[in-house]
Amino acid sequence: MNRSVVDEIKKEIDENPVLVYMKGTKDAPQCGFSAAVIQVLDSYGVALKDVNVLADPEKWAAVKTYSQWPTIPQIYIGGKFVGGCDIVREMHAKGEIAPLIEQAFSAKR
Amino acid sequence: MIASQDIRSRILTALPGASAVDVKDTTGTADHYEVRVVAREFEGRSLIERHRLVYAALEDVLGGALHALSLKTLTPDE
Repeated sequence: MNRSVVDEIKKEIDENPVLVYMKGTKDAPQCGFSAAVIQVLDSYGVALKDVNVLADPEKWAAVKTYSQWPTIPQIYIGGKFVGGCDIVREMHAKGEIAPLIEQAFSAKR
Repeated sequence: MIASQDIRSRILTALPGASAVDVKDTTGTADHYEVRVVAREFEGRSLIERHRLVYAALEDVLGGALHALSLKTLTPDE
């Protein structure tokens, strides 16, 4: 297979202002942390791209190496790695996610 | 499965400046944990950097013996 998973990841990060590598899908999360992240990000009412790593083990391994982060879910906003579930929840509680999302979508216009 | 004592000692080894490491087994199955770490090493560091420091101590068991890990990282002042 001549697949370049890293190129796929780069494209996903570049094309989606809000991107979540997760277990399951945003409509059917398969892990508590992934579900929690979707809940938080959904509250902003913006377009969210989900990538189910359970359906793609190659991508799962590649994304951990790419982000230098050993766990899933992984959240990218505006092309920048924000962290995992704990970080996103903490930032959301402190009101730090809203400006990131605003910036990510205004950059796309 | 991994014992909370094991998690605790790995974090203390990786972060000698840690003043508190609280480990809680959230499901009773020794593979889903909530960990709270207070350490001087976190000062001036972003959440991502702090979490990476803790992950480094548990790299080889994450996803294997350790299924789920929730982190709270604080500096002594926080």
